[in-house]
Amino acid sequence: MQAAITLDDVAPLARGCAVLGTGGGGDVRSGALAASRAIREHGDVPLLTLADLADDALVVPLSGIGAPTVSHEMIHAEAEPDRIRDEIERIFGRPPSAVMSSEIGGGNGVAPVAWAARLGVPLLDADGMGRAFPEVQMVSMYVAGLPAGLVIMTDVIGNVVTIRPVDGLWAEQIARAVCVAAGSSALMADYVLTAREARGAVIENTVTRAIEVGRATENAADPLTALREALDAKRLIGGKVTDVARHTAGGFVRGTVTVEGVGDDRGRTLTLQIQNENLVALQDGRVLAMVPDLISVVDSQTATAVQTEALRYGQRVSVLAWPCDPLWRTPMGLRTAGPRAFGYDLEYVPVEEIGV
Amino acid sequence: MSLRIGIDVGGTNTDAVVLDEADRIIARAKRPTSPDVTGGLRAALAAVLDELGDRSGQVSRVMLGTTHATNAILERRSLGRVAVIRLGAPATTSIPPLYAWPADLRKAVAAGAVIVRGGYFVDGRPIAPLDTDAVRRFLNETGDGVPVEAVAITGVFSPASGDQEKQVAEIARAELGERIAVSLSHEIGSLGLLERENATVLNAALYGVARDVTGGLRQALDERGLTVETFFAQNDGTLMAVEYAARYPVLTIGSGPANSLRGAAFLSGVSDAIVADVGGTSTDLGVLTGGFPRESAAAVEIGGVTTNFRMPDILSVALGGGTVIGEGLGPRSVGYRITKEALAFGGPTPTMTDAAVAAGRGAVGTHPVAAGERLSRAVRLADEMVIDAVDRVALGRADRPLIAVGGGAFILPRKVPGVSEVIRPADAAVANAVGAAIALASGRFETIAPAGAGRAAVIERAKEEAAARAVAAGADSRRVQIVELTEVPLSYLSEPAVRVHVKAAGPLI
Repeated sequence: MQAAITLDDVAPLARGCAVLGTGGGGDVRSGALAASRAIREHGDVPLLTLADLADDALVVPLSGIGAPTVSHEMIHAEAEPDRIRDEIERIFGRPPSAVMSSEIGGGNGVAPVAWAARLGVPLLDADGMGRAFPEVQMVSMYVAGLPAGLVIMTDVIGNVVTIRPVDGLWAEQIARAVCVAAGSSALMADYVLTAREARGAVIENTVTRAIEVGRATENAADPLTALREALDAKRLIGGKVTDVARHTAGGFVRGTVTVEGVGDDRGRTLTLQIQNENLVALQDGRVLAMVPDLISVVDSQTATAVQTEALRYGQRVSVLAWPCDPLWRTPMGLRTAGPRAFGYDLEYVPVEEIGV
Repeated sequence: MSLRIGIDVGGTNTDAVVLDEADRIIARAKRPTSPDVTGGLRAALAAVLDELGDRSGQVSRVMLGTTHATNAILERRSLGRVAVIRLGAPATTSIPPLYAWPADLRKAVAAGAVIVRGGYFVDGRPIAPLDTDAVRRFLNETGDGVPVEAVAITGVFSPASGDQEKQVAEIARAELGERIAVSLSHEIGSLGLLERENATVLNAALYGVARDVTGGLRQALDERGLTVETFFAQNDGTLMAVEYAARYPVLTIGSGPANSLRGAAFLSGVSDAIVADVGGTSTDLGVLTGGFPRESAAAVEIGGVTTNFRMPDILSVALGGGTVIGEGLGPRSVGYRITKEALAFGGPTPTMTDAAVAAGRGAVGTHPVAAGERLSRAVRLADEMVIDAVDRVALGRADRPLIAVGGGAFILPRKVPGVSEVIRPADAAVANAVGAAIALASGRFETIAPAGAGRAAVIERAKEEAAARAVAAGADSRRVQIVELTEVPLSYLSEPAVRVHVKAAGPLI
């Protein structure tokens, strides 16, 4: 593991986070700009493991929530993390010792670098998902059984809202209502943790992994192979996008994407079921990979991740799939973010046990 | 009898054509593009006017597609000093204006930048009351004593409500004089704050370049005693009146590919097709849908700055008439030296032109070219490149024709898998200039509409606004039509909502 995140790490981190976003998690570009600017302003961000922290040190998992179209237009206020920190200090009597990404996949994997730099605290080499998920309760802390503690939210204006929800589902509902009132974009601290509580309840090493994944494809002669090896992923198909059908339902973009094989995969057709993220990959009605395992669509030549919103006809893409963190494969993990949690009547089978 | 001239200033050549009232091409010329751009433009214009002779007095309109603006940005030349104002504080402060710009471009353009309180939320509520005092203070203090030449104003969610931007424009005129050039983001770009802000600042920096081009063209026309209306081609293949181009010069960037696609549609009479524009160094493939270029979904970079312009979706492959045949094929090209270098012109270098001539695809040059294994292999490789490129842009549809235009169009095969036929229209070598001459005037508008009740009214208003903008650009108000209407659903909002984009276009008055 590296000791700190420097300016040179921002671009590979953003590339890696986009791949781990499995099609969702929001755009990485504005997070990367904010991160590079904050590092220039405040210096490198030390990267810590849980072992580096004292038992009672506070870790604050941060994420931006809201509509991607909104956060692309109404960019975060610089001072938002300050107010979260102040509120934590008011409640716990001490400031947080580290910032953590709630969601390493997508823009929320990169932006915490900016927030940590701004606060002058280290970043924890961990996150709450190991990927991207669409709902607040779909985090490792919830799966690990940590009691729903505290949700602190702040907006671009300066309002601070502290929620003490009875459980993760209520946290999701109230947080979303607050977010809408705040103009559909907010910064949120969910489950303020002591390092003791965090052990076993967060997914470790994910910042390093994202940077490694991003670095693997830099200057690689064959970026796609380099990416597959870095992820230890299966290639489900290499082909071109022949159909994209999207609609919104319940506040989410749902849809299906069809990829027709080219080259070695000619004659095969893969269908992806999407709900912000890529959730299920099917061939002729047979499931090849499903949530919570990771399914990412990447450009076949550059191995750059293609966001769900950017998918369109004719793109040459490869679909990769690889195993999720073991935490998601526990009964509670599958109840929270398995195929049934997304409305698919499927029995979960790990991706590595399915033949392509 | 009224005539019109279309001019396209490209990277290598400047083309000009004259069309009569029946849209027949009655004069054409190709001249090298000069380093100052304007020289080549005058040469091409003079050539077609000379060819017209006595009839040159009948010219009533000139349509120009030019790379002046692109070159000015790439070379950081003739750019104005811009005061950059963003309305959005306390939001948006995590990424200041011009943050990701190349340092030399920022130095050439920025007189100063500020984020003041203002802007709107997605639902139309103000983020903060507009801080007019801060705007005045900034305008009076910025620029380090060097006069500010233009002001760029970008407000959060201004595409949904432009009122605050207009208010700041009034303040700028009051503080810096009525004649100060002002660029408002809601008139220029769509949602996506940083990209729209970048385009707005570039637009403000290009006012001087726009004045030079319009002045140069005006002078060239005056010298010939011509009193004509002038129009500029823009990135979507439509025209804007010269007064409009003077206000939105950044929209002229990328007009070349759009002109070539529109020209191909006109010359062939086909409105749904794949178009291959074969030049000396590269072949640009694009798709015509309903007579307009299919647009790219990816962000467009201009001179290292990301913008959200809609540009034609172009796939460029390194294959042109001048592509050199060595061990393999290209990507090196002899470019404009083809008439000295190629075998068909008695030169020493085997090129793609020679391979096509040897294969019997065209009679080009002054010298015979002997067939050989190397040349026929090059033809096979080139055909494979073309077939693959066509497949990439065709999106699985095989029922459309391929229209071959550009000076090197003869190198393309007679049959291409994945297209219904290969069409080679007359005057294909000057398709770009033709595209400029026949273009429509257009306007665009983008906003956010609720998905449920109220949606129809918002979309109706968006259509009216787009049509009004087309008329402002020069279109005939009685013949303006909505040519494009897209709705993209938005996620994570309280009420389901859609992003609505409307484009209207019509023939010139």
